[in-house]
Amino acid sequence: MTDKPLITIRDLSVHFPIGGGLFGNKAVVRAVNKVSLDIPAGTFFGLVGESGSGNTTLVRAILKAVPITGGHVEYNDDGVHYDLSPLSAKDLKEYRKRCQLIFQDPYAALSPRMTVRDIIAEPLEVMKLTSSRAETDERVREIAAKCRLNLEHLRRYPHAFSGGQRQRISIARALVCNPRFLVADECVAALDVSIQADILNLLKAFQDELGLTFLFISHDLSVVAHTCDKVAVMYLGQIVEIAATKTLFRTPRHPYTKALLSAIPLLDPDAEHTSIKLEGEIPSPSNPPSGCKFHTRCAFARDKCRVDEPSLIGKGDNHFVACHFADELMGEAGRAGTA
Amino acid sequence: MSRPLVSVSDLTIHFRTDEGLVTAVDGASFDLRDGEILGLVGESGSGKSVTAKSLMLLNAGNTVYDPKSRITLRDDHNGGDIDVLSLTRERDMKVIRGGAISMIFQEPMASFAPAITIGDQMVEQLLLHTSMSKREASVFSIEMLQRVGISDAPQRFAQYAFELSGGMRQRAMIAMALTTRPKLLIADEPTTALDVTIQAQVLDLMRDLVAEFGMAILFITHDLGVIAQTADRVAVMYLGEIVETGTVRQVIRSPAHPYTKGLLNALPRLDDLTSTLTPVAGDIPSPLERPSGCVFHTRCPEIIRGRCDVEVPPLTSLGKGHDVSCFAVSASKKDSRSETPGEVIS
Repeated sequence: MTDKPLITIRDLSVHFPIGGGLFGNKAVVRAVNKVSLDIPAGTFFGLVGESGSGNTTLVRAILKAVPITGGHVEYNDDGVHYDLSPLSAKDLKEYRKRCQLIFQDPYAALSPRMTVRDIIAEPLEVMKLTSSRAETDERVREIAAKCRLNLEHLRRYPHAFSGGQRQRISIARALVCNPRFLVADECVAALDVSIQADILNLLKAFQDELGLTFLFISHDLSVVAHTCDKVAVMYLGQIVEIAATKTLFRTPRHPYTKALLSAIPLLDPDAEHTSIKLEGEIPSPSNPPSGCKFHTRCAFARDKCRVDEPSLIGKGDNHFVACHFADELMGEAGRAGTA
Repeated sequence: MSRPLVSVSDLTIHFRTDEGLVTAVDGASFDLRDGEILGLVGESGSGKSVTAKSLMLLNAGNTVYDPKSRITLRDDHNGGDIDVLSLTRERDMKVIRGGAISMIFQEPMASFAPAITIGDQMVEQLLLHTSMSKREASVFSIEMLQRVGISDAPQRFAQYAFELSGGMRQRAMIAMALTTRPKLLIADEPTTALDVTIQAQVLDLMRDLVAEFGMAILFITHDLGVIAQTADRVAVMYLGEIVETGTVRQVIRSPAHPYTKGLLNALPRLDDLTSTLTPVAGDIPSPLERPSGCVFHTRCPEIIRGRCDVEVPPLTSLGKGHDVSCFAVSASKKDSRSETPGEVIS
């Protein structure tokens, strides 16, 4: 990578205390454990993993919405630089103008007591970005038009809208303060497929038009495959594989990525069930397995995996994988690779 | 061929609301045979769940069934048919609910009572529906938990729903639904709340159980991929109407209705990463403002003006059990009989 990435994450850890013995013997959940990641400016970056993988905690740490236990998150954009760990309250406000979040559930994310206009205008008012009501109104109308909301809709309340329209309102609210970086946490998971495509196309259009950088969390790999430029796969608080989307889906190297890919129900009714079936469920992050965290469910696990923790190693072509036997397993191509 | 297990004809359901009578289902008809998996697909608000719940008379008190609606359930004990919609007494309904028909829901956490152990809930329904003693019921329940792949079944039996993970809860739910040996299992989005890896496990389990127990499944989902991998036949619903039915291969390989085609085009596909996603234009109309004529005409790219927005298209057969209600399809069928309607996918 030649350009400086927009977001640089180094050894980021987020631990949550649980229980907590009276005499210092405190247990922690390692929700995110020593994650390093670069998000290049202008990319649509995907983050994939089962529930409990820590992907939501990771993005919250990037937005500084959870306390960071260790490591660094840095933001770099045209000479603007923030280091998140020691960020002052004043800088945090500035930082949040640049980073906005789109939520999963468009039904829960919008206040039922506010009109659409007030919902979209609120960030402008809170951050004091506009000086007059007329200016606010103009900005709201402009962004609403971009998100294909009718101007007459602005006077209505959220209950009058369908899920897809509500998600467009959420997106308008996130975009109104001209952010550079948008985090979309499962933002299409609650939508029907017919609407989902519409929202994804809208986000992609904003990436091109406004040069925005996206961090897109999804459990749906086919959605990630179609929208993201680069993908990171998380498992139990760690990143197990990072690659360009096409590389990852054609030649997945980590057994977990392969299993995830083969678990997707294919549209072809005659498709063979060649999939690598994952046994069992994701272990509790409060008591993670030793060695490679995936060894309890990995079909290829050997003695080394139970003891040694693999680190993320570059395999060329910006493809990184955390598996001791990634090279040996290359032959066992994933289903998407053979298609 | 033997008589179908369940036969639904002209099912029309309205709800009384403050805004007036809302039509949730309009003239839905389908049959379900023993051991068959019928997938019911559609967007939220299309009436899938209301249709399924009507089979067990589980819709709320403000439900009005149109007089021409009929749901018949084959009664193997007495040799006749049960007219489901005519049942009014609780004890008659018990034969169906949890007896002949069981149901599993999307969110297993919400379906288990939080303050009663999994085991007690399983035993309770066996005591209600069978002549087992409490002891026999416990032993049988633990066997069922083992059968659905729950390890440490005796221990899980004594636990509460919150102590189980999402996938395990859904397995327990399936075990519970099957203990009474239902003829029909209604599965309402059973894997939607699960991760893909767990979804794959649960779908595998359901396929195995159909082979073993021979019951029919009415499988409700919005995910066409899940349907392709599990169902034998599909019914596509839109705004309370079944717009297309056929075998999985017919509907997915050569969809005829513009809505089915739209759904398939909107779906991100793994085998073609470069294609752009085409959403179905527009939004699903409010049930209070049901479009006249064909319900899909407000979003349809193949609309025939002056016809689709006025007349309701009848269900036309495309042969071999593939039916579609669309004027554009019946028109093109007359034009060129040799061509197969709709695009053929890979």
